[in-house]
Amino acid sequence: MTDALIWLVAMPLAAALATLLLPRHASVVVIITGVVTTLAGGILLFAVGTQGALSYEIGGWTAGLGIALRADGLSALLLLMTALVMLAASIYASAYFSKAVERARFWPLWLLLWTSLNALLLSGDLFNLYVTLELLGLSAVVLASLGGKTAAVAAALRYLLVGLLGSMLFLAGVSLIYAGYGTLDIAALAHLIEPGPVTWTALALMTAGLLLKTALFPLHFWLPPAHASAPAPVSAVLSALVVKVAFYLVLRLWLDVFAAVVTGAAANLLGVLGAGAVLWGSWRALRAERLKLLAAYSTVAQLGYLFLFFPLLQALPSGPARDAAVGGLVILALTHGFAKAGLFMAIGVIQQRCGHDSIRDLDGTAQRLPATTFAIALAGVALIGLPPSGAFLGKWQLLAGSFATGQWLWILVTVAGSLLAAAYIFRVLGHAFGHQAYPQRPVTVAREEWPALVLTAMAMVGLGLAGAPVWRLLEGGL
Amino acid sequence: MLTAQLLYGLTGCLIVALGLRTVLLHASLLHRVVAINVLGAGVFMILVAIAYRGPGVPPDPIPHALVLTGIVVAVSATALALALARRLTAEQSND
Amino acid sequence: MNLDTWLPLLVVASSLLPGLVIFFLSESSHWLRTALNLTGAGVKLVLVGVMVWGVFHEHSYETRWTLAPGLDLVLHADTLSVLFVSLSTVLWLVTTVYAIGYLEKSPHRSRFFGFFSLCVSATVGLALAGNLFTFVIFYELLTLATYPLVAHRGTPEALRGARIYLAYTLGGGALLLVGTVWLHVLAGPAPFVEGGILHRLPAEYHAQLRVIFLLLIIGLGVKAALVPLHGWLPRAMVAPAPVSALLHAVAVVKAGAFGIVRVVYDVYGVNFADELGLLTGLGIAAAVTIIYGSIKALSQDNLKKRLAYSTVSQVSYIALGTAILGPVGTIGGIVHLVHQGIMKITLFFAAGNYAETLGIHKVSEMNGVGRRMPMTTIAFSVAALGMIGVPPVAGFVSKWYLGLGAVEAGMAAWVMPVLIVSSLLNAAYFLPVLQRAWFRNPGSAWPAEHIPAARFETTAALLWPPVVTATLALAAGLFAAAPYSPLEWAELIAQREYGL
Repeated sequence: MTDALIWLVAMPLAAALATLLLPRHASVVVIITGVVTTLAGGILLFAVGTQGALSYEIGGWTAGLGIALRADGLSALLLLMTALVMLAASIYASAYFSKAVERARFWPLWLLLWTSLNALLLSGDLFNLYVTLELLGLSAVVLASLGGKTAAVAAALRYLLVGLLGSMLFLAGVSLIYAGYGTLDIAALAHLIEPGPVTWTALALMTAGLLLKTALFPLHFWLPPAHASAPAPVSAVLSALVVKVAFYLVLRLWLDVFAAVVTGAAANLLGVLGAGAVLWGSWRALRAERLKLLAAYSTVAQLGYLFLFFPLLQALPSGPARDAAVGGLVILALTHGFAKAGLFMAIGVIQQRCGHDSIRDLDGTAQRLPATTFAIALAGVALIGLPPSGAFLGKWQLLAGSFATGQWLWILVTVAGSLLAAAYIFRVLGHAFGHQAYPQRPVTVAREEWPALVLTAMAMVGLGLAGAPVWRLLEGGL
Repeated sequence: MLTAQLLYGLTGCLIVALGLRTVLLHASLLHRVVAINVLGAGVFMILVAIAYRGPGVPPDPIPHALVLTGIVVAVSATALALALARRLTAEQSND
Repeated sequence: MNLDTWLPLLVVASSLLPGLVIFFLSESSHWLRTALNLTGAGVKLVLVGVMVWGVFHEHSYETRWTLAPGLDLVLHADTLSVLFVSLSTVLWLVTTVYAIGYLEKSPHRSRFFGFFSLCVSATVGLALAGNLFTFVIFYELLTLATYPLVAHRGTPEALRGARIYLAYTLGGGALLLVGTVWLHVLAGPAPFVEGGILHRLPAEYHAQLRVIFLLLIIGLGVKAALVPLHGWLPRAMVAPAPVSALLHAVAVVKAGAFGIVRVVYDVYGVNFADELGLLTGLGIAAAVTIIYGSIKALSQDNLKKRLAYSTVSQVSYIALGTAILGPVGTIGGIVHLVHQGIMKITLFFAAGNYAETLGIHKVSEMNGVGRRMPMTTIAFSVAALGMIGVPPVAGFVSKWYLGLGAVEAGMAAWVMPVLIVSSLLNAAYFLPVLQRAWFRNPGSAWPAEHIPAARFETTAALLWPPVVTATLALAAGLFAAAPYSPLEWAELIAQREYGL
C-alpha cells in the first residue's frame, strides 16, 4: 500500500515525458494517467484510514540525507481531491483546446503541475517542500500564460515574480530552521521546536512566503488577473488546487510543526487578515463585470474563511470541539476545491460558446446550456455555504467554534460573507431565468459540460451528505 | 572562526534586505528580476555560512546541496521570467 | 428492510425522485411529466397514510444519518410533523392538478414541475425534521427550491420579486442558523422533544437563551411573514397562481409558522418559554401582525395582493396560539395551521381561475363574476366566510379555541379585542368582494376571456381543485369532532405537549 505514495509522484511525471514524446496520443495517455492516479489516491486514502500515517523512503536513504514521502489523513484527503479535480479538468481540457498545437504545449506542463502538486502534498521535509513549491510555481505560471493575450502574459509574469519572492522568503526561513535545529525533517522538527528568536523569524519568513502564494489579503493582488486571464481548465486548477496547497502548508506549519511556538496574537492576525479577505473579496466579486473575475475574487474570499479558523484553533483546548473544528476547516477546503474547479470549467464552456463571459449579457446563454447553468448553480450554492453542501458543515463548525471561544467577530464576518456571496451568485443565476420569447433548444456536449457537473455535485451532495468520514480520517492528526 | 561565520551570515542577511527593498519598491521589471536573484544570493550566502562547523572540520554538506539546488531553481526561474518579459514586450508592441 | 427506519426518508423521496427525473424531460413530454407528478403524489399520500396510522398508535418512525460529529440528520414522525406532512401531501396533490391545468402551453414546464417537486420535498423534510439542525437544513433548501418558482415567468418584475424574496429569506436563514449554532454550543444537539429540553440548563444561561429565542423567531418570522419581516410576501405575488397557492398555504409561510411552533413547544417547552417571559413578546408581535395585515388588505385592489396581506394576518393566528399558555390556546394555534392552509389555498385557486379564465386581476373587475363562474365563486365564498370566522366553516373552530384559550390563560383582556377587531376587518375586506361577485351586474365585457364558457365555467383542472379544498374546509369545520380530524389531532398534540 505504501507503493501508492511513489506511484502518485511517478505516474504523472512519466506521463509528462510520454506526452512530450507522443503528442498525437497525448489525450489517451492523460486520461489513463488520470484514472490510475485517482485510483492510487483512493487506495492511499483507504490505507491511511485503516493503518494511520504512511511513509516511504525513496531509494532506501533514511531521513536526513534521503527524501521521504509521508502521508497522513489530511494529505491523503487533499491528494484524492487533487486527483479527482485534475481528472475532471483533464477531460474538460481535452475538449477545450481544439488545436493540436495548443494541446501539444499544454499536456506536458499540465502533468508536471500534477506531479508537483502530489509531490508537495507528500513531502516529508522542508527543503523538498521548497523544491516542489518552485516546480509548482513554474508550471503554474507557464500554464497561466497560455492564454496568449497581453493581459494573460502580464498577469503570468506578475504571478511569477510574486511566486519567486515567496519561495525565496520560504527558503530563507528553511535555512534559519536548519541553522537552529540541524534537521529539516518535518516529523522530527515537530518534537524539537522551541520558542526563540530564530524560530520566530523562521516562522515569520516562511509564513510570509506562503501567504504570498496563497493570496491572503492584502497579498492577493496578483490572483484575480492571473486566474481570470488563464485558459479555463488552468484557472480551475489554479483556484482549486494551487492556492489550496499553499494554504495546506501554512496549516501544516502552524498546527503541526510550529505548534509550540504559535501565539494567540499571531493567530488573531491571520484571522483578521482572513476577515479582510472575506469581506473585500466578496465585495469585489459583487462588483465584477466578468464571470471569471467574479470567480477569482470569490477564491480570495473563500480562502479568507479558511484563515478564520486559526484563532479558533488556537483558543480551543485539545478535545472533541477542536477536532470538530479541524474537520470543518478541511471539509470547507475540500468543498471549495471541487466547487471552484467546477465553476471555472462551467464558465469556460460559456466563454467558448458565446465568445465572452460578461455577466450582463448572459441571458439566453444560461437557458441554452442547462447542464452548465445547473453546474454553476450547484457550485454557487456550495460557495455560499447553504445545505446540503460540505461548506455548510464547515461554516457550522466555524460558527460553533466562535461561540465556544467567545470570539464573536468571526460570526459577523461569516454571516456577512455568506450573504455577500449569495448576492453575487444569485446575480449570475438570475440570468438563468431571464424572459426568453422563444425558449431555445438546449444543447449539451458531454465531454465539455459533465466534468464540471460531476465536480460540483461532489461538492454539494457528496461531501455534504457523506462527509462524516473526513473527521474520522483526521483523528490523531493536527 | 566564529566571527567569520557571523560576518558571512550577517552579510547574507544584508544582501537579502537589499534585494527585498528593491523588489518591493522598484517598478521596473528587469530591476525586480535582478533583485530577486540578489535576494536569492543572500539566502545562499546565509546557507553557506551555516555550513561552517569549525576550523579544520569539513563543512556540513547538506546546506551546500541546498544551495546548489537553489541556484538551479533560481536560474531556471530567471530564464522563464526573461522569456515571459520578451513575450510581453512582443505582445505589447503588437497591440 | 425495516419500515420504521425508512418510512420518513421514503416520504421525502417520493417527491424528490420524480422531481429530479422531471428536470430532464423535454417540454413536450406532457403525459410522462403528469404521470410522474401524480404517481409521486399518490405514493406519498399512501405512505403518509401509513405514517398517520402508525403515529396514532404510538409507533416510532425515525431515519438518522450522521453528517458530522454531533450533527445528525434526523427525520422523525411525531404528532406535529404528521399533521403538517398530511396537510402538505393532500394540498400538493390538489395543487399539482391545478398547476397542470394552469400552466398548459406555458414555457419551461419541466423546470417548473422539477422545482415544484423539490419544494414539496423540502417542506416534507422540514415537517419531519427531528431536531433543529435538520430543520435548518430543509428550511434553507426550501428557500433554494422556491426561488426559481417565484422567478418562473422571467419578467423584470418576477426577477425583482424573486430577488427581494431571496434577500429576506436568506437573511432570516442566516439568523436562524446563528441561533441554532449558539444553541448547539450551549445545550448540545437540540432534538424536538415534547416539553422541550432547555429547562434543564442552569440559570446563568437564561439571558443567552432569551437572545437565542429572539434570533430564532426573527429567522423563522421572515418566512412566517411576521411584521416587519413580511415585505417579501406581497412582492412574491408575481409568481403564477399555483406557486402563490403553494407558498402561502402550504410551504413557505407555513414552514415559518411551523418552525415557531416547534421552537416554542419542542425546543424551549411552552412552560419554560413562559418562565423566561418570551411568550408575551411573541404574542404582541403576532397581534400587531394580525391587525396590520388586515388593515393593509383593506386598501388593496389587486386580488392577489389583498389575499397576500390576508395571509400575513392569518398566519399570525398560529403564532398567537403559541403565545397563549395552556392546552386550549395551543389547540387553536395548531389547528389553524391546517384550517388556514385549506381555506387560503381555495382563495388563491379561485383568484387564479378568475385571472386565467376571464383576465380578472383586480377586485374592481369582479362585478357579477358569480353568475359567470358560480362554482369557483361558491368555493371562494366558503373560504372567505371561513376566514372571517363564520361557522360551520373551519376558521370558526380555530378562532373559537383561540378565544377560549385566551380566557383560560387570563389573557382575554387583550387577545379578545384583537380577535374581534381582526374578524371585523376580515369581514370588511372580504364581504365587499362577495357582494360584488354575487350581487352586482357585470360590466360590458371581461378584461380578457381566455377560456370561453362551455359545459363548465372553466377547464376541469382549474375548476375541481378549489371545489375540493372548499369542501375540505367545510368538512373540517362540520366534522371537527370526528376521529382523525385536524381538531382531534391538534388535541392529541396538546395532550402530549402538556403531559396530560
